[in-house]
Amino acid sequence: MALARAAPTVSSGVLRAAFGEALVAAGIAFMLALPLAGLRLPINPMDSVIFRPWWVVVAVATVFLGRLGLALWRARVAPSRRNGVPLLDRALAYILPWRRGIFVAFVLLVAILPLMPFADRRVIDLGAVVLIYVMLGWGLNIVVGLAGLLDLGYVAFYAVGAYSYTLLIIHLDLNFWAALPLAGAFAALFGVLLGFPVLRLRGDYLAIVTLGFGEMIRIILINWSSLTGGSEGITSIPTPTLFGLTFTAVPAPGETAFHQFFGIPFAGVHRIIFLYYLILALALLTHVFSMRIRRLPVGRAWEALREDEIAARALGLNPVMVKLSAFGLGAMFAGFAGAFFATRQGFINPSSFTFIESAIILAIVVLGGMGSQMGVILAALLLVLLPEVARDFAEFRMLLFGGAMVAVMVWRPRGLLAHREPTATLGDLSRGREPAP
Amino acid sequence: MAYFLQQFVNGLTLGAVYGLIAIGYTMVYGIIGMINFAHGEIYMIGAFIAMIAFAVLGVAGVASVPMALIVVLLLAIVFTAAYGWTVERLAYRPLRGSFRLAPLISAIGMSIFLQNYVQLLQGARVKAMGPLFRGGFVLMEDEGFRVTLSYLQLFIIVLTVALMAGFTLLIQRTALGRAQRACEQDQKMAALCGINVDRTISLTFVLGAGLAAVAGLMSTLYYGVIDFFIGFLVGLKAFTAAVLGGIGSLPGAMLGGVLIGLIEAFWAAYFDAAYKDVAAFSILILVLIFRPTGLLGRPQVEKV
Repeated sequence: MALARAAPTVSSGVLRAAFGEALVAAGIAFMLALPLAGLRLPINPMDSVIFRPWWVVVAVATVFLGRLGLALWRARVAPSRRNGVPLLDRALAYILPWRRGIFVAFVLLVAILPLMPFADRRVIDLGAVVLIYVMLGWGLNIVVGLAGLLDLGYVAFYAVGAYSYTLLIIHLDLNFWAALPLAGAFAALFGVLLGFPVLRLRGDYLAIVTLGFGEMIRIILINWSSLTGGSEGITSIPTPTLFGLTFTAVPAPGETAFHQFFGIPFAGVHRIIFLYYLILALALLTHVFSMRIRRLPVGRAWEALREDEIAARALGLNPVMVKLSAFGLGAMFAGFAGAFFATRQGFINPSSFTFIESAIILAIVVLGGMGSQMGVILAALLLVLLPEVARDFAEFRMLLFGGAMVAVMVWRPRGLLAHREPTATLGDLSRGREPAP
Repeated sequence: MAYFLQQFVNGLTLGAVYGLIAIGYTMVYGIIGMINFAHGEIYMIGAFIAMIAFAVLGVAGVASVPMALIVVLLLAIVFTAAYGWTVERLAYRPLRGSFRLAPLISAIGMSIFLQNYVQLLQGARVKAMGPLFRGGFVLMEDEGFRVTLSYLQLFIIVLTVALMAGFTLLIQRTALGRAQRACEQDQKMAALCGINVDRTISLTFVLGAGLAAVAGLMSTLYYGVIDFFIGFLVGLKAFTAAVLGGIGSLPGAMLGGVLIGLIEAFWAAYFDAAYKDVAAFSILILVLIFRPTGLLGRPQVEKV
């Protein structure tokens, strides 16, 4: 159908070329689909292999039509658009002057969410999950977006925060408010310990080392059973209290419960709402901190180092110390988020801290647009809510997630809301372009 | 002594598999300076294709083991290479000349995609296969402990050595190898001299995927079980091997692979098997701190 409409305006040469390209693509699709989609290994190795010819046919036909359509679209539509500014960038140009207002409005909306009539337990819980990811995204944004260090093991610091919080609570009998800063400090300490030797490395080596470190932490958590409970983890972590008010139906002797103090009937949702506001406060703290530190000399130094390490060094910045501060601070916020995660769940085990979690947090930062605070919110909403909405496609979730990461990179290598101006500039210098390869 | 020798043989076999995968990392890094994060997944796909090919040959009634091996080897290489080519074409080529982290992130996405792709198509359960070879040589006997080199281990080591020899010739003597080395040094200059840079890079990915397919076939035979998640850890260790040997250097990748294999085998034998992966990553960190160029790597000169 599309072909019939397109044909009159597309010359036969273009059509022939498009057909050729589509045939090549279909041939490759056949090679890709035949072994893995067309044949399936049986569960019992004694059975014979299952043959699924239709899967191959569908895959090849889809690729053929898709490639043909793409080639024709490019020949017809794309030339007229090639020189224009992409639609998303034009829309962003309108929105950017209002971004502060939008942000404040958004925060207000988020703040009144639990009071809305439609906000039941599930909605508020989901909101808290989104906020955890927003906070982690903002924390990682300090490392990746501001300082330009690719950290693939961010979840390790999240895990350190969660475990140190839990162990402090259980063994030293601290309360939430005392253990939270300590958990952050522990995570920051780990960040500095790891960062000190490896921050001299080039960017992609750093990525692999942090990835290896993340795996090491997880393996240690699984195997050091006497301290961490092994793969079972630790259960029954108490909920924090609000100025000494607990959130239990029947408080222990000597304690006052929240509902008793205010003279309202007990409801389990109070605890959920309290946790929601707690993570909102923590996330906003992260946001304010990273917005303010951008304007301090150390924040400027991060951005300078990100833009051009050699020039920054020539100006007398010590790259190791500058990077270390970003790494440690980023780790600290992961530690806070980890402590909150532990207290919200009530239990922790190593399976919450896998590489895929690091990849999700990184994807939130990168898809949103590195260095963009709003982008993190947008990406966290997308990545957490989409799987909730599309529950029927749950098994395709990670497939789509990986595919989306590739697609967004190819389409907009700097992220959806790609806005990465250095905070301080000297007037209109022709900057921001990558040197030609 | 006998125990030591047995672990040495086991480590060498493991190291051969790591080395073959490490070559893929090192070649890609050498030519376009990116970590092909999805390479471990290519190895996993190679292992799946090899097992599927064995299953198909079993249905077709091929009884001769050498015949089956050769056919499966060729099938695995060809079909896995198609995956290697496609990954480069879709996820990396559009990002050439983009900012530094973009291809790496795209590679991570590709890795997640391929893992789940295989999981959806082949199921999450572990796939098993009966052993193809049995028996081996007894190298020595010491106080009742028998050191054996199984036929399979011998096959893996011999095939790896043969492939390495062929590869060294390919890189040093053929037009493709010359083009590859030229692109490694200076892509723009190579293009000006009439080398098709895109094609050379594509072929690098195809070659790397072919070697990963051989590694996949080997581990299918050696362990007899595979699942969709095997590529992650093995890929990470193979990358460690590439860094240990000096990234960009082919003999270095092989040397690094063998060293990582030996370290892992000895660690598991003499210390705590649960922490053998921690040992491998600690080595990575230590190497990067004390000798960032690796054992056989050239020092990188930073130019302004």
